[in-house]
Amino acid sequence: MRLINRQPSVALKAALIAVPFVLVLVAYITGSAIRLAENPQDRLLPAPSTIAATAQRLFTEPDRRSEEILLWRDTAASLIRLGWGVSISAVLATILGLLIGLLPHVRAGLASFVAVVSMIPPLSVLPILFIVFGLGELSKVVLIVVGILPFMIRDLSARVAEIPREMIVKAETLGASSWVIALRVALPQILPRLIQSVRLSLGPAWLFLIAAEAIASREGLGYRIFLVRRFLAMDVILTYVLWITLLAFLMDAALRWFSKRLFPWTEATL
Amino acid sequence: MSFVTATDIFQSYGARPILERVNVDVEEGEFISIVGASGCGKSTFLRLLLAQERPTRGEIRVAGAEPAQEPGLDRGVVFQRYSVFPHMTVRENVMAGESFRTTWGRFFGAAKKNAQKRADDVLARIGLDHVADQYPATLSGGMQQRLAIGQALAAKPRILLLDEPFGALDPGTRLSMHDFLTELREETGMTVFMVTHDLEEGFKLGDRVLVFDKVRWDPHDPNAYGATITYDFDARDGGMPFQRILDEIPALAAEATPKH
Repeated sequence: MRLINRQPSVALKAALIAVPFVLVLVAYITGSAIRLAENPQDRLLPAPSTIAATAQRLFTEPDRRSEEILLWRDTAASLIRLGWGVSISAVLATILGLLIGLLPHVRAGLASFVAVVSMIPPLSVLPILFIVFGLGELSKVVLIVVGILPFMIRDLSARVAEIPREMIVKAETLGASSWVIALRVALPQILPRLIQSVRLSLGPAWLFLIAAEAIASREGLGYRIFLVRRFLAMDVILTYVLWITLLAFLMDAALRWFSKRLFPWTEATL
Repeated sequence: MSFVTATDIFQSYGARPILERVNVDVEEGEFISIVGASGCGKSTFLRLLLAQERPTRGEIRVAGAEPAQEPGLDRGVVFQRYSVFPHMTVRENVMAGESFRTTWGRFFGAAKKNAQKRADDVLARIGLDHVADQYPATLSGGMQQRLAIGQALAAKPRILLLDEPFGALDPGTRLSMHDFLTELREETGMTVFMVTHDLEEGFKLGDRVLVFDKVRWDPHDPNAYGATITYDFDARDGGMPFQRILDEIPALAAEATPKH
């Protein structure tokens, strides 16, 4: 039997899913044990028990000076920035994607411009954003928008342009205006793609958020990681990294679930 | 004055002519089948009738009105594929035939209730009432095409244009679609243009069969000339002409009656 036709059994599949995770965990525990055996004060690879203890402290114990639990405050600050950045991008990308995809005049005027702008490395304009928008929240949100908006516009406008011409013509013969075609034919069909686009953009959005927080901020997950780096507090960094990973994973899963719930027609087949 | 008149139509894409000197007059209520080889411009002619494209020369007038600039309510269309909206349920697809012309493209409140009722009547008529709340992707090809025709008719067009509507269906479904279309036509008496590559289908359904072909052919440059209408058959009465000539011309009937 060809390899491409061999399917793992349910049990084997579950085992295969677990293997890479277990391997990484085992490698870490072994490395950590070796280093700690040589030098109990070693900070580079803290023992899993140390990380668990640190995590518990970070999640539950308030900071002595501000009497706030810093991790939750950082999480809130970061999620608000991320939420604004992604929401603004999603709304603008939908509107511009529809305009570029449907209207030849707008396409002629904007498509090449967006293609060129999307080639600008967003982090290279970060200093400009700090100068123009200050060091506050605005510059961080703008960085996320600059980072992910051009990609989303290109993605969505391409999807609008892919809508079969027959379907648009059919709507025209039913008396639909350009506005109704955008609202009732094109928009509902690109919304599932918008969610896909947001899912794909979340990775870059986190990247730009943490970069902006690392450089100039007073709170936020990225800020905290780069702050404790100075003390080589690997246990704190690892806790934050795992937490960010969990948040990103949950967001992705939630979006996937929403997509299935909101757009049953994309799944519907005979 | 005929209902649809195409006068001296030329259509070329760039330097490549597709149609040349196409002239045809069609009466209201006629069923016109358009047949021809692949690439002979029959779909192009349908797009011109639809006003999706405008001819390089000549003009098409419907009921004596100015030539249309873009597709509109007076011309309904069913393509081979992509004729229904995948994101709307079957009932919503039929309602779109009436609601798309409004400002927001949908009905609200009492108007919505009434439209739903009318849509359910249409669905019962085309035999899709049991799947009213499903999405088109769950329907078979024949049901999707029936839905597409129902949706087009809900908008009450003056002309119905069909572009190989049954091309993707299996032979059995195709036959039942023929009966379905024949019944609908008897009810509505609408003017229909149907492009098909199936000659039998064209003669079975049509009152007239127009054949598109190239009259001039340059073997060194096959694309040098466009196609035109080479035959215009009377397809009524099983394709045998002059079956009703005695009814139409009473004088002839008197002469033909044997004298005793």
